[in-house]
Amino acid sequence: MSVSWQTLADALSLGGIYALMAVGIGLVFGVLRLVNFAYGQLIMAGAYAVAYASVWGWPSWAGILLCFAVVLALSVLMDRIVFRPLRTHSPAVMLVATFAIAFLMQSIAVLAFGQLGTIASSMGPLNQPWDVGGVEIRKIAIVSVVVAAICLALLQLLLTRTSVGLHMRAASMDFRTARMLGVRANRVIGGAVLISGLLAAVSAVMLTARNPQVTPIFGLDDTIIVLAGVVLGGLTRPIPATLGGFTIGFASGILGGALPTNQSQYLPTFLFAAVILVLLVRPNGLFARAGAGAERL
Amino acid sequence: MTLAVDGLRVRYGAVEAVRGLSLEVKPGEIVGLIGPNGAGKSSTLNAIMGAAPVAGGEIRLDGASLRGRRTEDVARAGIALVPEGRRIFAELTVEENLRLGLAARRSPGGIDDVFELFPVIEEFRRRQAGALSGGQQQQLAIARALVADPSVLLLDEPSLGLAPRIVSVVFDALAAIRERGLAVLLVEQRAQRTVALADRTYVLSNGELRLTLGPKDADDTEKLVAAYFA
Repeated sequence: MSVSWQTLADALSLGGIYALMAVGIGLVFGVLRLVNFAYGQLIMAGAYAVAYASVWGWPSWAGILLCFAVVLALSVLMDRIVFRPLRTHSPAVMLVATFAIAFLMQSIAVLAFGQLGTIASSMGPLNQPWDVGGVEIRKIAIVSVVVAAICLALLQLLLTRTSVGLHMRAASMDFRTARMLGVRANRVIGGAVLISGLLAAVSAVMLTARNPQVTPIFGLDDTIIVLAGVVLGGLTRPIPATLGGFTIGFASGILGGALPTNQSQYLPTFLFAAVILVLLVRPNGLFARAGAGAERL
Repeated sequence: MTLAVDGLRVRYGAVEAVRGLSLEVKPGEIVGLIGPNGAGKSSTLNAIMGAAPVAGGEIRLDGASLRGRRTEDVARAGIALVPEGRRIFAELTVEENLRLGLAARRSPGGIDDVFELFPVIEEFRRRQAGALSGGQQQQLAIARALVADPSVLLLDEPSLGLAPRIVSVVFDALAAIRERGLAVLLVEQRAQRTVALADRTYVLSNGELRLTLGPKDADDTEKLVAAYFA
């Protein structure tokens, strides 16, 4: 099995996008202890925004803006209508609620846009190759690695250097004590949902550039793989979740490139078998520190 | 500001943890709350913080009702809690723990004021809080509460699990905090030391106030024992 430079660049790019999605899912899990299964549908909605802007003949920057507006509006709506009222209920209730939102959004997409899909042709130029030292690499591969790195660095700055970030980290460690200290629950959760939405919008633009055919199940497979990656890395902290997302995206890209075309349907089988194996050996996740922060008495 | 609890009732399902408790803590006062396990001491503190179900009665800060307010709003109104078991954020640095205390602060100011009271905290400010000893963590928990510049300080068993020398450090700090004009409500298991320090101490049993003790009663062992087993 040989891996070409194109495959490697592609795997890095997929790793970067999955890392963004993983940290988006992980941030909300941190403060709400909720896995948002509707995350993929947020990305799907964003992808449709890009596709329709393209159909209407809007320039690509306007399509990207529309994508951000749609995804952020839906995120805030989800927080206000579902997360906030259900926050004090059991995790099972919230989990089922996010399943319901996911199916609802998907069904709305089928009814409104049809099964066949829409092409986001405005993102076409990003699929052209760049010549990097004699190797042809898709522009989107390089752009997505750079954008992912910038987003993750900004997020790290936000979490470690601002008081909002500090409040978010504290809330994800011990929400009750954080509130006793005056940390506003609604603001922290709203902030996490908003950042998670921003990351979903960025991911939607990148994924649309990689695959311009937008259908009602756009982003669904990616989200399922990312969820496995988040669990693989460790769900409760942003950095392990990010690394888990990157790892599974990278592995998925390499495997996808290495497998012969007639065997590519086995890709998820290999991925999930690897996830199960890792979790059997390290149930807390690949990148979680064992016994981190244990209290001394 | 004066904290007044009037006829407080706390109920968890069928269990009534606090039954009609009334007490008042004025600025510059330490009021002790002692009693056996399950007497309702922690439930009282949690109810004041809006973190336990209040079934009846009133909680007022300078006359304004706090009942039914969100925990974070109670903190922002000027009441700080040093919770049982310290509840410091082990994975954050000492300084980050202190900065969290600023969330409830209404007056301008930073975290530096507390180092005078707890110099050991300043020494370790860049270290992970989980790496501190139990006594240092307790000092950090009190310092974090003080960073909010509260009018009322609630403490839930601050001496639990500490060496006698550190217990003295904590109790001396409480006396200094009283001098600054804070109203302090201290829940403790160390009855004798609490009675000796506090302006008055209430003995709680089965969710009800059984007895009020003054500093003079601290050396009357028989009275203390009788208060616990009444």
